Amino acid sequence: MARKITYQQAINEALDQEMARDPSVIVMGEDNAGGEGSPGEMDAWGGVLGVTKGLYHKHPGRVLDTPISESGFIGAAIGAACNGLRPVAELMFVDFMGVCFDQIFNQAAKFKYMFGGKAETPVVIRTMYGAGFRAAAQHSQCLYSLFTHIPGLKVAIPSNPYDAKGLLIQSIRDNDPVIFMEHKVLYTMEGDVPEESYSVPFGEAAVVREGDDVTIVALGRMVSFAQDAAQALQKNGIHCEIIDPRTTSPLDEDTILESVEKTGRLVVVDESNPRCSMASDIAGLVAQKAFGALKAPIEQVTAPHVPPPFSDALEDLYIPNAAKIESAVSKIREYG
Amino acid sequence: MSQIHTLTMPKWGLSMSEGKVNGWLKELGDGISVGDEVVEVESEKIAGAVEAPVAGILRRQVVSEDDIIPVGALLGVIADEEVSDADIDAKVEDFLANFVPPSEDQEEGGPAPVKIEIEGQRLRYLKRGEGGNQVLLIHGFGGDLNNWLFNHEALAAKREVFALDLPGHGESVKAVGDGSLDTLTDRVIGFMDTLGIESAHLVGHSMGGAICLNLAKRAPSRVKSLVLVASAGLGQDINGDYIGGFVESQDRRSLKPLLSELFADTNLVTRQLVEDMLKYKRLEGVTDALRTLAGKLFPEGRQAVTLRPALDAFGKPILVIWGGADQIIPASHAPTPGGRVQVGVLNGKGHMVQMEAANEVNRLIDDFLG
Repeated sequence: MARKITYQQAINEALDQEMARDPSVIVMGEDNAGGEGSPGEMDAWGGVLGVTKGLYHKHPGRVLDTPISESGFIGAAIGAACNGLRPVAELMFVDFMGVCFDQIFNQAAKFKYMFGGKAETPVVIRTMYGAGFRAAAQHSQCLYSLFTHIPGLKVAIPSNPYDAKGLLIQSIRDNDPVIFMEHKVLYTMEGDVPEESYSVPFGEAAVVREGDDVTIVALGRMVSFAQDAAQALQKNGIHCEIIDPRTTSPLDEDTILESVEKTGRLVVVDESNPRCSMASDIAGLVAQKAFGALKAPIEQVTAPHVPPPFSDALEDLYIPNAAKIESAVSKIREYG
Repeated sequence: MSQIHTLTMPKWGLSMSEGKVNGWLKELGDGISVGDEVVEVESEKIAGAVEAPVAGILRRQVVSEDDIIPVGALLGVIADEEVSDADIDAKVEDFLANFVPPSEDQEEGGPAPVKIEIEGQRLRYLKRGEGGNQVLLIHGFGGDLNNWLFNHEALAAKREVFALDLPGHGESVKAVGDGSLDTLTDRVIGFMDTLGIESAHLVGHSMGGAICLNLAKRAPSRVKSLVLVASAGLGQDINGDYIGGFVESQDRRSLKPLLSELFADTNLVTRQLVEDMLKYKRLEGVTDALRTLAGKLFPEGRQAVTLRPALDAFGKPILVIWGGADQIIPASHAPTPGGRVQVGVLNGKGHMVQMEAANEVNRLIDDFLG
């Protein structure tokens, strides 16, 4: 039996093992070394929530503190990747990504295409996303669909500790820029994780649960909500199949389509705002390629089209949950 | 009251804390003989039937299809005809009132696999049972100690039973050296030396069977008896497409049909079984290890090593078990029974016969070891 560690420890272990394996892997970000509240170099803070803690001393000279200038250090990480390093940059909250869209969207994502396929940009940008931390509109968004939209970027969204380690190792070894989305509420989630190194391939969805009645495609933190809903629905004799795409770019279309061919019903659960989201993208995919199999309209369970609220009560209403998934499943079960 | 027997959710493997009821195989009121399959249940890993430990009549079905209940919880009641309904109801009520599901803490206190270093090489094993009578369980190509999930505890009731992960497998070191049978055999002998096991009954499945035979050939004094389950080393035939496909397959879509070849009843290939196998195959070094082993032991769809003479030369008892519907190594490789050699062919069972017909295999081995 693999031992149980947290999602946060799994990410730390992936970084540690890859840094030990490959001297070209470096880590950079705000407060990765030192930082407010830490005794400085004696015990580096390890980023805002301590994910990279312990790496500073284990890998001297390869964990870099950066100024609070995302546009600067993300650009530097991309440049370093073009010059032979494999940087893993930590951009605290995905909400701050906007200031470096040119570096990411217009430079890193384009190099391979602009230079005849000869340029490689093996950079990983790790970032926290998601609501549930009482952190309000500028620190709670769920923006993976923005990056999924851009050709040339890969996007990984681990939903559990095992995938967090395996997808991060795969991200570091990948020769394209990868946006690695970590849900801050999942950091304390525990799960079985092998001590040995392993990689989880991109573009291969996990079938989290098998069932014949309804397909639920869920992303990131939503996977465990979908599991709770499926468990409850089973008591009423409704068997849900849960698909966790794990990466949205590339997206494992086949696994989703095969499942819907079997069940004829689809609920997509996405913590993002609904317009131009993964929910609408996957719903569109299924409507186009598995229309004949559908027995009911596709349901999307998402946040509403408003920024994440600061009020606790409103934030709780904003985030999709198991009850909302259950009622979406029940609704399309009752349809015709 | 003594004629009222409770059927409870079995515990198949360390990680099982609850099981799902797949359906009753006997109707209420059916007559039951010892060993009859009464109800099918499913753990995360695999589905299997619960056998009747006693004869009688199935008087109560406490659970129904799709129920998920903890290990040890009540499935049903078997009792003789003359036992009154009131007595049975009292027994059920009593059981339900006193049942405490096993807690997480108790789980952790149970037997857990151990990792040791032998000459710098990590080896994982799981020991169950006590006493001097030692048994070694050695899994096959691509397997691990969990292949004995349904057998380990049963065999350990009267013995000290070790299941190990061979090099290249499970959580043991992934380096397999030249991948030869001798190298693997050396590691098993090293394991016995390290744990102070002078001699043991060796139980090997598939490639593990060939290792047992080779060990018996090289160090006969270390082997008390041999149990060879769907064993390699007894003929040239092997399903080369399976071996090659298994080595190279890296995703669910290609792996699942291959794993289905291991079982006669393909319903046993659960989502979790496929997922666990993928998790193993993703570990660094596993594909290289499997390639090396397959290239050395099963090149071009044939078994490279035949140990028939070793089987004939081994002067102690041998039990050979095979699934009649084995699609990996044909049951026709089983030797002719007679003298020191007993043979049990279980019709309609596949290569993973120790999982697929666990109760029967356990009984055969238990009787054989005495």
